[in-house]
Amino acid sequence: MFSQIVSAIGAMIFGVAICAAYFWFSNKLLDLIFPAREGDDVHRAAVNLRRRGLIRPWLFLGPALFLLVVYLVYPVVATFILSFYGPDGSKFVGGANYLWALNDTEFRQSIFNNILWLAVVPAACTFFGLVIAVMTDRIWWGNIAKAVIFMPMAISFVGASVIWKFIYEYRGGTDTQIGLLNAIVQLFGGTPEVWITIPLWNNFFLMVMLIWIQTGFAMVILSAALRGIPEETIEAAVIDGANGWQIFWKIMVPQVWGTIATVWTTITILVLKVFDIVLTMTNGQWNTMVLANLMFNWMFRGGGDSGRSAVIALVIMVAVTPIMIWNIRRANAETKGR
Amino acid sequence: MIGNLGRIGPARIFVHAAVLLIVLLWLLPTLGIFVTALRDKDQIVASGWWTAFAGSSRTTAARLDGPDKAKPDGANFVISGTLAVEGGGKIQSFGLRVQEPAAYKAGSPAELENGETLTINSDGSYRYQKNGAFGADARAKRVYLTVATPPQFTLDNYRNVLGGEGIGQSFINSLTVTIPATVIPILIAAFAAYALAWMEFPGRAILIALVVGLIVVPLQMSLIPLLRIYNEIGQLFGVSSKTYPGIWLAHTAFGLPLAIYLLRNYISGLPKEIIESARVDGASDFDIFVKIILPLSFPALASFAIFQFLWVWNDLLIAMVFLGTDKDHLVLTAALNALLGSRGGNWEILTASAFVTIIIPLLVFFGLQRYLVRGLLAGSVKGG
Repeated sequence: MFSQIVSAIGAMIFGVAICAAYFWFSNKLLDLIFPAREGDDVHRAAVNLRRRGLIRPWLFLGPALFLLVVYLVYPVVATFILSFYGPDGSKFVGGANYLWALNDTEFRQSIFNNILWLAVVPAACTFFGLVIAVMTDRIWWGNIAKAVIFMPMAISFVGASVIWKFIYEYRGGTDTQIGLLNAIVQLFGGTPEVWITIPLWNNFFLMVMLIWIQTGFAMVILSAALRGIPEETIEAAVIDGANGWQIFWKIMVPQVWGTIATVWTTITILVLKVFDIVLTMTNGQWNTMVLANLMFNWMFRGGGDSGRSAVIALVIMVAVTPIMIWNIRRANAETKGR
Repeated sequence: MIGNLGRIGPARIFVHAAVLLIVLLWLLPTLGIFVTALRDKDQIVASGWWTAFAGSSRTTAARLDGPDKAKPDGANFVISGTLAVEGGGKIQSFGLRVQEPAAYKAGSPAELENGETLTINSDGSYRYQKNGAFGADARAKRVYLTVATPPQFTLDNYRNVLGGEGIGQSFINSLTVTIPATVIPILIAAFAAYALAWMEFPGRAILIALVVGLIVVPLQMSLIPLLRIYNEIGQLFGVSSKTYPGIWLAHTAFGLPLAIYLLRNYISGLPKEIIESARVDGASDFDIFVKIILPLSFPALASFAIFQFLWVWNDLLIAMVFLGTDKDHLVLTAALNALLGSRGGNWEILTASAFVTIIIPLLVFFGLQRYLVRGLLAGSVKGG
C-alpha cells in the first residue's frame, strides 16, 4: 500500500510538472529567440516584440487546441467515416450499418427509451427545481433544505445506483423486506415486487434516480434567477390582489424563462449521455436499454463492432447538434454585447 | 422578497410541511446506505435499516450445566453459572419448551416439576435448584431464551471493505487519476482563456465559437477513434494503451471546453486598467498571466476545480474505456460497479463501499459549496 501511495504521488507530481514546464520553458524560449532588452537596436527590438506578440497567443493556446482537436474535433470526423465501415473499420460497407440500425429491435427500443427519458427527466427536474426554489426562498431554514437537495449532485451515478438498488431491493418468500419501497408497499397491504424488472415501468424507476441527482442543480440555478426578479413586479401583483399561484405562473415563471430553457437544455444533454445508471442498475436488461449503453455494448460486444457503435454515437451527436448551434449563437450574441 | 407571500398561516404551514417532506425524500435514500454500512451483517438481512435504532429481540437456545456440577446447599442441590449472551443483549424471558420460549420472566424464580426451581437473570446468570439430588444420569437442561439486543453498530464492514475487497487500493487509484486530471486542465484552460480574452490574434472569434460548440459534443463520439489512437501509440512504444497519463489527458480534454468557456468569461471581466498598466510597465503576457491574472482568478479557478474534481472522481465511462478494469488500475466507481455484479446481495459490503466512494466528493462538496454554486451560476454546465 505504501509503495503504491509513493508511486501515485510521484506520478501526479510528474504529470503536473511536465505541463507547467511546457508553459514556462516555451515562453522563456520565445523571449530568448526574439530578445527585446533595453540597449538593443531599437528597430530590431520593436520587430522582435511584434513577432513575440504574434507567436505567444499560440504558445498559450497550444496545448488546449491540441487536446481539443485530437480528443473532440477529429473523433467527430473519424466516427462519421467509421460508420460506413465494417466491424474492424477496414472494409467499406456503405450504408449497411445504418440499415442495420433501422431494423434492429434493440436499437428501436433504445430510441424509444431515450425519448421517454428526454420527455420525463428534464421536465421533472426543472419543475421540481423551480417549485423547491420558490418554496425554500420563503422559509428560514431554506438554505439547509437546499443543501440537502443539492447534495446528490456530489454523488456518483454508481454510488446512487447502490443507494437506489437498496431502496428497490426485493426479497422473495417470507423474508422480511429490507428495501424501503417494498416495505412501504407491504405496510399498505400491497405485494412486494422486483421493481427493476417490470418492463416499461422500470425505466421510470431508473429515471427517478437521475431526477433525484439533478433537481438540486436546477434548483440552485433557478433560485438565483428568481432572486434577480425585480421586487416591484411582485409587489405590484400583490397590490393588485394576485394570489401566490398567479404570482408564480404569471409573474415569476415568465421572468426566468431564459434560465428555465438553459437548465432544461443542460439536463437534456446529460440525459442523452446517461450511461452509468443503466449499466449499473440493469445493464439494459428488461427493456431498459438506452443509446449510450447500446453503443458501449457494441464497442466491446464480441470483440467490438466499430461501425455499428459509430452509427449509434452519430445518432446521439445529431440529437445534440441543435443545442450546439443554439449555444454558439447565444455565446456570440453575448460576446458582441460586451 | 417572496416572504410577504407566505404571511398567512395555513399557506405558510403548508410550505414548511412540503419542504420538510421533500427534504426527507431526498435524504432517506442516502441515510439508508449510511445506517446500513454501520450495522452488523446478520442484522442487515434480518430487518430494515429504519429499525436499526429500535433494537431487536430474538429467540436462542442454551444449555445449563449438567447434574455433575450440582452442589449441595442445605437440603437442596443447586446448579449455577452464567449463560453467554451475544452482543450485549439482555434476556427478557425464558422457557423450557421450544413451543413456549417465553413462558417465564427473567429474574423471578420459575417453579418446575419435581420440586425444581429455575431462575435466569437478565444478564445470563442462573440458579437451578432441586429439593434433593439431581439424577446422576440426567442430561444438562436445555432452555430457550428471548434476548433483546440494543441497537448495535460496528465498523467491521469498513474494515473488511478497505482491506479485503480492494476498495482501499481503488481509493488510491481514484486519487491518482483525479488530482492531476483536476490540476492539468485548469492550468491549460487558464492560459487558453487568457489568450482568448486579452490577446489579439487572427481567428480568435472562430476559436471561441469552437470552444462553445464543443461543450456539448457527446463523449461517446470520441471513444472509438481515441481507443484506436491509444492502441496504436501503445503498440508503437510497446507499452500498455491503458495508462494514467492516457486517462489524465482524456479527462483534461473532455473538461477543457467548459473550463475555457467559464474562465474566459471570468478573465475577460477583469478590469482592463490593471492589465494595460502592467503592459505599459513592460511586463510580458506571461508575467501578467502568472502574477496578475492567476491570483485574481482564484474564485473562478476554485469553482471549476471543484467541478472537474467531482466529475473525474465520479466518472465511470472514461475510466472503464481508457484505464481498463484490471485490479491495479480499478478506480472506485468501477470497483463499486464490479461489486454490484459479484456481491449483489451482500449489502454490508455494497453499502460500506458506496460510502467510501461518496465520502470524498461529499466532503469537497460541503466544504466548498459556496465556490461550486458560484461556478454553476457563472454560465453553462457540462453534463455527465
